[in-house]
Amino acid sequence: MSGLSAGLSRRRAVLLALLLAALVAAPWLVNDYLLTVLVLILYFAYAGQAWNVMMGFAGQLSLGHALYVGLSGYVAAMLFTRLGVGPWLGLLAAIPLAAACGAVIGYLAFRFRVAGVYFAILTIAFAEFARIGFDNWGFVNGSSGLFLPVTQYEHNDLWLLRGAPAMFYYVILAATALVFVLCHFLVRSRIGYFWLAIREDEEAARAVGIDTFRYKMYAVMVSAAVTSFAGVFYAFFYNNLFPEQVFSISRSIEIILGPIIGGIGTLFGPILGAFVLTGLAEALNAVMGAFGLELPGAKQVFYGVCLLLVVVALPDGVWPPLARRLCVAERKP
Amino acid sequence: MPLAVYLNVAVGGVLTGLVYGLMALGLSVIFGVVRVVNFAHGEMMTVAMFIAVVLFSWFHLDPLIMLVPIAAVLFAFGYALQASLINPFITRPEHSQFLLLVALAIIIANALLIMFGPDARSVQTSYAYDSFQLGPLIVDAAKLYAGAAAIMFTAALFAVFRFTPVGKAIRACADNYTGALVVGLDVTHLYALTFGLGAACVGAAGTMLVLLIDPTPMLGPGYTLLAFVIVITGGLGSMPGALVGGVLIGVTEALAGLLFTPSVKSMFAFAILVLVLLFRPQGILGRRLA
Repeated sequence: MSGLSAGLSRRRAVLLALLLAALVAAPWLVNDYLLTVLVLILYFAYAGQAWNVMMGFAGQLSLGHALYVGLSGYVAAMLFTRLGVGPWLGLLAAIPLAAACGAVIGYLAFRFRVAGVYFAILTIAFAEFARIGFDNWGFVNGSSGLFLPVTQYEHNDLWLLRGAPAMFYYVILAATALVFVLCHFLVRSRIGYFWLAIREDEEAARAVGIDTFRYKMYAVMVSAAVTSFAGVFYAFFYNNLFPEQVFSISRSIEIILGPIIGGIGTLFGPILGAFVLTGLAEALNAVMGAFGLELPGAKQVFYGVCLLLVVVALPDGVWPPLARRLCVAERKP
Repeated sequence: MPLAVYLNVAVGGVLTGLVYGLMALGLSVIFGVVRVVNFAHGEMMTVAMFIAVVLFSWFHLDPLIMLVPIAAVLFAFGYALQASLINPFITRPEHSQFLLLVALAIIIANALLIMFGPDARSVQTSYAYDSFQLGPLIVDAAKLYAGAAAIMFTAALFAVFRFTPVGKAIRACADNYTGALVVGLDVTHLYALTFGLGAACVGAAGTMLVLLIDPTPMLGPGYTLLAFVIVITGGLGSMPGALVGGVLIGVTEALAGLLFTPSVKSMFAFAILVLVLLFRPQGILGRRLA
């Protein structure tokens, strides 16, 4: 039995190494446009992985992750534009803030037994609250948006996150790899097992003595803290922040589509889902362009139809059946 | 500002709120029975709004006359949707249902965008600028008609659920799914009927709402959220609760728009939602969930 699982994990390790090698080599193989698409894919893979901690592991459905992305982006961008503080120090400020926000929402929801769909709607409410608040807050430029200065940099400045797309690519690749490893260990740790117990049956988890309130709080805070980096990265990669965009419910939905399509609760799901969805959107762009179809909305209709087909045909997402086909199925966590 | 101004705005808020309430009622009915959160609710309403706009601009059919026909169209749409696509999902986890309905919402919104373009469409009725004066109160005719129609439609729906055998059967499904199956009720059909009735509510509300606001294809998500806020505030599964929640949110938004800038008005709606979720999670008129 142990030999079998060792063989499985070797196969997984080989596959993972191949994927990583391909991703590391990518900047030499693709043009600048495709590289920015890859950055976007890894961004969604990262954010999806962060969301997956809360929903996939602990079973708490958040539909308001744009809140943590937006808040962190604003903190880092404000520190950079007003005080000249770099993004990594900004991240040090953003992580506790995002975690604290997650803690407040979690505390209010879990103390008052707000669960399931109600919890999901509470998370939307907080994100919407932030959206409208930032939209009307003059200090952060309100609805006219916050811009980071864009100048031509001679060399890549990793400390200030200013430079060529390839640098951003490696930064987000490293972050995605890191959070993958983090989740790998989290899900196999004591806390991870407690989360799974809560996800599967909260009553039973409480009955066997798990402090469900505390572990649900951990899930929200870890997820929010990890999401925080996505916000800082977003601000420095796109160099602009509009409350209407970063906090909007459609952003929250974009973040969670990847893990759901890929396979909720799995480690590869968020990554695969990001590739599938962004790849699909880009492919639709290319096809539409080739046929000269410039109809606004046509691309999104196809996108919606594809989502519909995937969710009807593959209830567990794309990864679990694919993993079985590749004989690298994750141990059902 | 004199008191009369506040009073006028508040009355306008009550009437708009009744229409919001009818819209939210659709969501409440669907969730209360089928246990599926209709994330495409706002998009279904925009469909109704555009049907009303098209009928008005092509055939000069007044939205007030078309209320019942449009509600019937949406009923058929809702019935077909539940019977075909959604029914296999009722036993699936929430996130799976969510994805299905979000996909539907994306398709509906963008299909409308393809057909009608991004601009707002308006309906110019003969009574668009009429108003009634009642002492110091000045009430917009369009709002009054819309609010009255919302009350009548809700009353009709209430009668269906309360006094018809079908309504009784649907309530039985909501109370005890297994029990309903055991006594031989055709649950699939009843669920589809319920979804249809919910869609009819949103259809009627949308038809009324074109008298008050100009529809654009991308209106959907905002109204889906508004419907959530109202339903949770009023109490899920409580039919009067949806109307009470709608009126509360309508008045709050109207007064917030008057006292502050109109763009912050939905912030107050969300603030009410958060307060209700924390201190009275079952909603104002809801029953305490076990």
